[in-house]
Amino acid sequence: MPDLRDLYQDIILEHSKRPRNYRTLEAANRKAEGFNPLCGDHFTIYLEVGDGQIRDISFQGSGCAISKASASMMTQAVKGKRTEEAEELFQKFHHVVTGKNGVESNDLGKLAAFAGVSEYPVRVKCATLAWHALRAALQGEQHAVSTE
Amino acid sequence: MTTAANTAFRPQAAAHADFDVYKVRADFPILARTIHGKPLVYLDNAATTQKPQAVIDTMVRYYTAENSNIHRGVHTLSEQATQSYEQARATVRQFLNAGDPREIIFVRGTTEGINLVAQTWGRANIGREDEIVISAMEHHSNIVPWQILCEQQGANLQVAPVNDAGELMLDEFEKLLGPKTKLVAMAHVSNALGTVNPVRKIVEAAHRVNARVLLDGAQAVPHMSVDVRAIDCDFYAFSGHKVYAPTGIGILYGKAELLEAMPPYQGGGDMISSVTFEKTLYNRLPHKFEAGTPHVSGTIGLGAALDYVNSTGIERIARHEKQVLAYGTRRLLEIPGLRLIGTAREKEGILSFVLEGIHPHDVGTILDQEGIAIRTGHHCAQPLMERFGVPATARASLALYNTMEEMDALANGLLKVREVFA
Repeated sequence: MPDLRDLYQDIILEHSKRPRNYRTLEAANRKAEGFNPLCGDHFTIYLEVGDGQIRDISFQGSGCAISKASASMMTQAVKGKRTEEAEELFQKFHHVVTGKNGVESNDLGKLAAFAGVSEYPVRVKCATLAWHALRAALQGEQHAVSTE
Repeated sequence: MTTAANTAFRPQAAAHADFDVYKVRADFPILARTIHGKPLVYLDNAATTQKPQAVIDTMVRYYTAENSNIHRGVHTLSEQATQSYEQARATVRQFLNAGDPREIIFVRGTTEGINLVAQTWGRANIGREDEIVISAMEHHSNIVPWQILCEQQGANLQVAPVNDAGELMLDEFEKLLGPKTKLVAMAHVSNALGTVNPVRKIVEAAHRVNARVLLDGAQAVPHMSVDVRAIDCDFYAFSGHKVYAPTGIGILYGKAELLEAMPPYQGGGDMISSVTFEKTLYNRLPHKFEAGTPHVSGTIGLGAALDYVNSTGIERIARHEKQVLAYGTRRLLEIPGLRLIGTAREKEGILSFVLEGIHPHDVGTILDQEGIAIRTGHHCAQPLMERFGVPATARASLALYNTMEEMDALANGLLKVREVFA
């Protein structure tokens, strides 16, 4: 039986209550929405990208503790990174939250806190919602991305 | 599980000699299950109900000893299956107090029943600039089929508002009715709020302007006695699986004169009386609307489920559920930061709520660890969620087998949710 504390780790609860980079971004040149029609979670990711680098990132929206903390910690993790590094990080993150072998969660730094999500398959979409929106923003897609 | 203080004012579940909830629970084998090592507390009955052994046995018996196609063979098995199938129709007729078994159409569920009316009666009777009136508390299945129809026919959808308690604003509703109104489509009981709509008044008001009325009875039929002739609605749809029957079977009731005049829904076998390449003659009611091999086992299962409800007594069920609802409401209101969404005076067993600062999804996950199954999300009623300014709610919904103790378990689970997020 999975322990609730594996899912709701302190750092996740803390970020869900006090999300970082939670604002709109004046200088944004990319923007994408992530929407989970099953639960109504809805986030907008704002990006300022230049020379292949994520110079600034922010988000706004509403969702569960997992999706909000994930969005918050994602913005911290990818700020300043090159876009391909952010993509690579998403791949690793996705592997960890879906419980796939071969990726050490310690490659992820603080994001490793989301490893517990793999025990709760219905919550994987919550953890990856902001990441899908990030990817859409990086790829310049204008429409909202949906988990469905 | 509960403290003395919590239970001191708890009414006795078995207070009525004619309804023993513990005996009822023994009829539902799944209720003996544990989830994450805890006894299952199943409070997602508005999504689907559990099945009594009698229904399971009926379906097993059908496949074991009776399985055959209906309305076709001259052989014994086919005759027996046809008889069981038509017996189920007779049971449904009686259950709804419809005047004639030909008015009972077997469909997949409420959704298909509504779509059937939209695409047959609707396309034949709704024209450009005509109006269809629904309410703000409708399930998507009683919104989208009308939107599709309005688009096809150039008609308009009107939405009657609900007040802060989640009750239909009857005077506002009546203001929407006029010579252009051709149909009123409304939930008998709201799936997201539990509100019981004043269907008699709705039907009277609609009939005054010669509009027809379809009622979505999915959340009403399991909880109250429904008499379609007393209500005088023109169509009434419900789903078997929400009233202890299998999934994939539901009912559309329609007044015979309307059904007679309606074009068929789907074409195929069983709905015809003769086919040539030049011209096809359609079968009589109700078969005109039942193309193809139907869900025979499900239909027979529905008959068994309604027999079960009848033998338990819908009035007794209603009384028990009202007691559990009243107690559950009281327990939930003790939880700090809990806000009930849907506080109608006339209400069925639905407790929709939000916890301050905690998303319903997280509530659902933590309760699940306690063995408590609730629904979280928008309950296929996104416009209603918007009306109440919430993206989603947590919803505990009751059935005849729920107990006072389970309301305590829910309340205690919610205190645990608050602890996790403290």
